[in-house]
Amino acid sequence: MTYLDHAATTPLRPEAAAAMAEVHTGAGAGGLGNPTGSHPPAQRARRLLEEARDEVAAFLGRDPGDIVFTSGGTESANLAVLGPAEAARQERGETVVLYSAVEHPAVRESARAAAKAGFDTRELPVDEYGVVDPDALARTLSSRVTSVAIMTANNETGVIQPLPDLIETIHRRAPNAYVFTDAVQAAPYLDLAEVTAGADLVSLSAHKVGGPVGVGALAVARRVVLEPRQYGGGQERERRSGTQDVAGAVGLATALRVVTAERAATATRVAGLRDRLRDGLLESVQGAYRTVPAAAADAGVDVLPGHLHLCVPGVEREELLVALGAEDVSVSGGSSCASGALQPSHVLSAMGVAPELAAGALRFTLGYGTTDADIDRALAVVPAVVAALRRGG
Amino acid sequence: MRVLVAMSGGVDSSVAAALLVEQGHEVVGATLKLWGGPSDSGCCSVADVDDARRVAQQLGITHHVFNLTEEFDRHVVAPYVGEHARGRTPNPCIECNRSMKFDRLLHRADRLGFHRLATGHHARVGSVGSVGSVGSVGDVPAPFQLRRGADPDKDQSYVLSMLGQEALSRVAFPVGDMTKREVRAHAHRLGLRTADKPDSQDVCFIGSAEGREGFLSRRVELHPAEVMDGEGRPSGSVNAVELVTVGQRRGMGHGSDGKRRYVTHVDVAARRVTVGSAAEALRSSVLLAGPSLTWVDRPLAPGTRAVAQVSAHGRPVPCIVLAQPDDGDGMEVRFDDPQRPVAPGQTVALYDAFDPDAVVGAGIAE
Repeated sequence: MTYLDHAATTPLRPEAAAAMAEVHTGAGAGGLGNPTGSHPPAQRARRLLEEARDEVAAFLGRDPGDIVFTSGGTESANLAVLGPAEAARQERGETVVLYSAVEHPAVRESARAAAKAGFDTRELPVDEYGVVDPDALARTLSSRVTSVAIMTANNETGVIQPLPDLIETIHRRAPNAYVFTDAVQAAPYLDLAEVTAGADLVSLSAHKVGGPVGVGALAVARRVVLEPRQYGGGQERERRSGTQDVAGAVGLATALRVVTAERAATATRVAGLRDRLRDGLLESVQGAYRTVPAAAADAGVDVLPGHLHLCVPGVEREELLVALGAEDVSVSGGSSCASGALQPSHVLSAMGVAPELAAGALRFTLGYGTTDADIDRALAVVPAVVAALRRGG
Repeated sequence: MRVLVAMSGGVDSSVAAALLVEQGHEVVGATLKLWGGPSDSGCCSVADVDDARRVAQQLGITHHVFNLTEEFDRHVVAPYVGEHARGRTPNPCIECNRSMKFDRLLHRADRLGFHRLATGHHARVGSVGSVGSVGSVGDVPAPFQLRRGADPDKDQSYVLSMLGQEALSRVAFPVGDMTKREVRAHAHRLGLRTADKPDSQDVCFIGSAEGREGFLSRRVELHPAEVMDGEGRPSGSVNAVELVTVGQRRGMGHGSDGKRRYVTHVDVAARRVTVGSAAEALRSSVLLAGPSLTWVDRPLAPGTRAVAQVSAHGRPVPCIVLAQPDDGDGMEVRFDDPQRPVAPGQTVALYDAFDPDAVVGAGIAE
């Protein structure tokens, strides 16, 4: 199996798996306790949870009190977009929510839901690389803006937003507006404590960094006033009720610890593998080209080390994925809908990529476990499959 | 063989896939996403995709979803709407089979290296040389026949009547030899979640609440029309002339003689519907448009007898096919006994007069 779809999910790190198992096996009679309680099992569960919280906070350069555990990146995004908006509406009666045109569906659909609920939501345009247009941003900012959502790096193309500059613009022109950044894809590779320093809300997903599915986190700066999305026992300082997933939190924290320890080396190694894959495919797949062109680097636009997004004309993307899957090579075609079918990418369309070219989009995402053998296999299989499909089977 | 099974999420295609697995073929299942809008008719909604996928998992085969919504809209939905605006009544399921399943999907299966495309249709691919038919995938020698399915109540040869030798050489209908009851029993034995799922009844892109009129009225202007009797005397009106079909009885009320009235003529442009007695509504023949004619093997020579079926579960009636009277390239199907009129746009399937289970060809009524 040649797995090149790390942006969709990453293999669970053995360290995380072991730590999570220990959460349960290390529990006494009564099992893993509920962290809300005073008896011994509760104390243990609470300790494990808070140790995990400390680690996540350190990873993001935040105060532990600012970390809310959630069920994953999507819940974090929903809370980040809709929580402050609802609170602002209750307090002021009006809200303006800005979001970039290339956000992940978890953010985009939350913004759509906000619009449907009567909030004033506006899309920020991007340039041909998918970077937020700073002038358009500046023009749209006003004292009425409650929050601005701009992802740290894009899940489809891997393009990294110039977040510090954008945050500075927002602080200058709309100092009361909260900045929310979806850092889910950037987490394995960027020093988020540095890159997202000025943001008010930062989201993470465990299963994108070698942790388990089903848990994530949202950093919520002290000044943020938000209405929770989930009501109940008041856990997570009233921001997100529900018994916390202690094992999941431990899994997330452990994965982040490993990421931090290996980040620099992994980023370099993965980038090297990605570049070899890119150069090899561009050479042997006729007509294939980089969706984010080489010129982007000259313009100061960077791409995450694991991402390679190509457009391959002359083949049906769905057929390519079926044929590659049959060869045990796992890649992605971009965005899927509820039934699992591929659908046109709003990211590519916001970048101005013509629909017929976007129809041939292929996303390869490497990760910490990718090896030279994986690249060799991909370079052997992909061109052959493309050629066979173009020939007509 | 490598077989791609089109799985709609219904019990027929579920069992078709199961049979192929049992026969030892290398099977992959695919569900087509055809309609992006709301649908409750039970064909290819998200719930149906989930059902198909779950059955595939139960059978241990890979499952894919193919997004063909854009092509479906262009080749099936848009023409459906456009034809209605012209007062014609196309059968979208036939167009879907023609352009999507047995064209695009068949070619996709080829490109992906599959030897056959299988569906859950109740029909059979037979061979002229062999007695009876072949229900399973095998090496049936050419020329191929398209035959009715074993269950007369469920036979779907009508909606497949446009297929020719090329398509028939590469398709398989694994449940064609079974009755519906046998299909469900098989699904139960395997514990498939679709064993008791009701058959989808309506057009997959029209919800039962909105109906055909609701669907069309949102896309084209529907016009009221006057209803007149044979003598030109006005006798009522209808809301949407585009939805009235020749031979229709519904909504036409009774004549002064107390008898039911039937539509004898529809003039969409003039916004006029003419009604008459049952006898006046009958027609002795129907003209099939030249470009629409398809043949399973060879064209019927003018003067050949055949059996005609004018709707999915209509009664087959004896007829004779003739050349189009005015030297056009169409064919006239003359019924032995006058029949209710066939609405323009409807498909007429022709079966062999001496082997009435065998489809010989089809055409679309003018």
